[in-house]
Amino acid sequence: MAALSNFAATLHPAGIALPEFLQPAFMQRAVVAAILVGLAAPAIGTYLVQRRLALMGDGIGHVALLGVALGLLLHASPVWTAVVVAALGAIAIEVVRERGAASGDVALALLFYGGIAGGVVLIGLSDSGSSANLLSYLFGSLTTVAPGDLITIAILTLAVLAVTVGLSHALFAVCQDEEYAKVAGLPVRALNLLLAMSAAVTVTVAMRVVGVLLISALMVVPVATAQQLTRGFRATLWLSILLGVAYAVSGVAFSYYADTASGASIVLLAIAGFALVSVLTAVVRRGRTPETEIYEDEVAVGLADGQA
Amino acid sequence: MNDSTPHQPPRRRPGDSDRGHLEAAARTGAEPVDGSRRGADKDRADRAADSPPDGAGSLATLDESASPGLADPLQSEHFAAASVGELDSAVVALNGRLVLRRISAEVKDGEVVAVLGANGSGKSTLVRALVGLVPLREGEARLFGRPLSRFREWRRIGYVPQRTTAAAGVPATVREVITSGRLAYTGVLGRLGKSDRIAIDDALATVGLADRGRDSVAQLSGGQQQRVLIARALATRPDLLILDEPMAGVDLANQRALADTLAALHASGTTILLVLHELGPLAPLIDRAIVLRDGRVVHDGAPPPAVGHHADPDHDHLHPHAPEEPGWLR
Repeated sequence: MAALSNFAATLHPAGIALPEFLQPAFMQRAVVAAILVGLAAPAIGTYLVQRRLALMGDGIGHVALLGVALGLLLHASPVWTAVVVAALGAIAIEVVRERGAASGDVALALLFYGGIAGGVVLIGLSDSGSSANLLSYLFGSLTTVAPGDLITIAILTLAVLAVTVGLSHALFAVCQDEEYAKVAGLPVRALNLLLAMSAAVTVTVAMRVVGVLLISALMVVPVATAQQLTRGFRATLWLSILLGVAYAVSGVAFSYYADTASGASIVLLAIAGFALVSVLTAVVRRGRTPETEIYEDEVAVGLADGQA
Repeated sequence: MNDSTPHQPPRRRPGDSDRGHLEAAARTGAEPVDGSRRGADKDRADRAADSPPDGAGSLATLDESASPGLADPLQSEHFAAASVGELDSAVVALNGRLVLRRISAEVKDGEVVAVLGANGSGKSTLVRALVGLVPLREGEARLFGRPLSRFREWRRIGYVPQRTTAAAGVPATVREVITSGRLAYTGVLGRLGKSDRIAIDDALATVGLADRGRDSVAQLSGGQQQRVLIARALATRPDLLILDEPMAGVDLANQRALADTLAALHASGTTILLVLHELGPLAPLIDRAIVLRDGRVVHDGAPPPAVGHHADPDHDHLHPHAPEEPGWLR
């Protein structure tokens, strides 16, 4: 509740006194961006983890850096050039995946490292090229969220949520069992491309807060944490979104006080949360051993019935 | 016309939207593991009000369909019926190797057809080509008389892929997996209506998992996971059910449960095409067997009798298959 009223206060700065980390305008923008990132990254990450493509976000992040560099070089908005280049990269990754060629991972390696190397070189060539600028894109920096960016990020996040939540039944079917989905008559290729492009958009959204090198963690770690506690797909989706928002906001707050890179702070918090849940579920499971035995008995009874 | 013949299972005409066969399947008492059927019975009662003619037809023939495995001489007449699945001179090459060498095969309305053959003979590829999962280099595949490229009625097909597990990277409940079977009706937005929920409940009940809907599929045994995949196909209320090695990795008790479920579906008019390594507990159900060797059809007719150790219906089949395979497979 405290977090909620803080957020409300952000929207009405004239209201109650804000906690210190929310007083600077750039921090207010950073927190709003963090909330949006916390919503979008686990929403897309759930599907990537389900089809065992957990590191796809990482690859797209590498390619997105090239888009940022192009934007800086051409004096265009880095967010939009990153969206375009990352989407092209995501489509290329999807095509390689669909073909399932044996040389596919080599092709992906060329794409990823070509993307990040090209990005580093081009940022160096641009007017605003500096190692500080480069680092802020690689690992996230609170001060890079410009006022104009916030609206762009909000629109892109809404688009990602519309796809991941609105089409959840169809995307679930495709990620669970692609061949079945084809025979069910779903437009599998279109859905796969939509998912890949949503992942690219999410990477771009998350770039300012988490940085292109660490985005994948915010897509994957909340999902890995949530699925230790859930039995169903939809429950995992919603719980990982909740965890994503919590990690992102608390990580941004931590990075303000500790003066650390926001992306790294968020990721370390997420990993700490994962470790905590792992230990807790292990302890709870150990305490429940007798129940497990009852469950196995049920299975045995079920089999006996089947034989009758 | 056919429906007047007492010995034949109730049959639906193409385009018959109202389907009573799951009801019939549920009533033949074939369910293996049974917990709670009450919810499903209530839904069925609701549906019966909507569809008196078809539902009544299913019930009227219950006595005949109770033992569908028995050979029925009158059924052969019925095989003049329409083709529901057909490969015409199909050639398939995978990774530069010819897997199907000009195969022509057909499944007709109401049949139970087994595709048999050793590992690598192309039997899985045959059904995958039929539903468009592998491209044809030559020839044509047709479903319900239409070339695959123009076939749109995917809701008439229930496909059970070859699978050792129904689980993926993220947990999913039994019900969530089966809900995918309704996407052929709901489209990509996937909004579930009452008829969708009824179909899902029926499919769960038919495979005897009515009380496991909220469980994670990863918690189920291999045989139960196979039944989840069959239920997903049944939720589509298919006219043609295609199963790719449904008995692989399934213990004998679950094999028998599956055989009973399929017998009930067959009795209610569903056409069934199975890829099998051996007939096993399904033997009494099979009308016709297509035997493949090295990508060619070497037998298309009565199912071959089981010989030797396999002739014993209760034989344990826990050993790997590989040593039985002749050398030309490699």
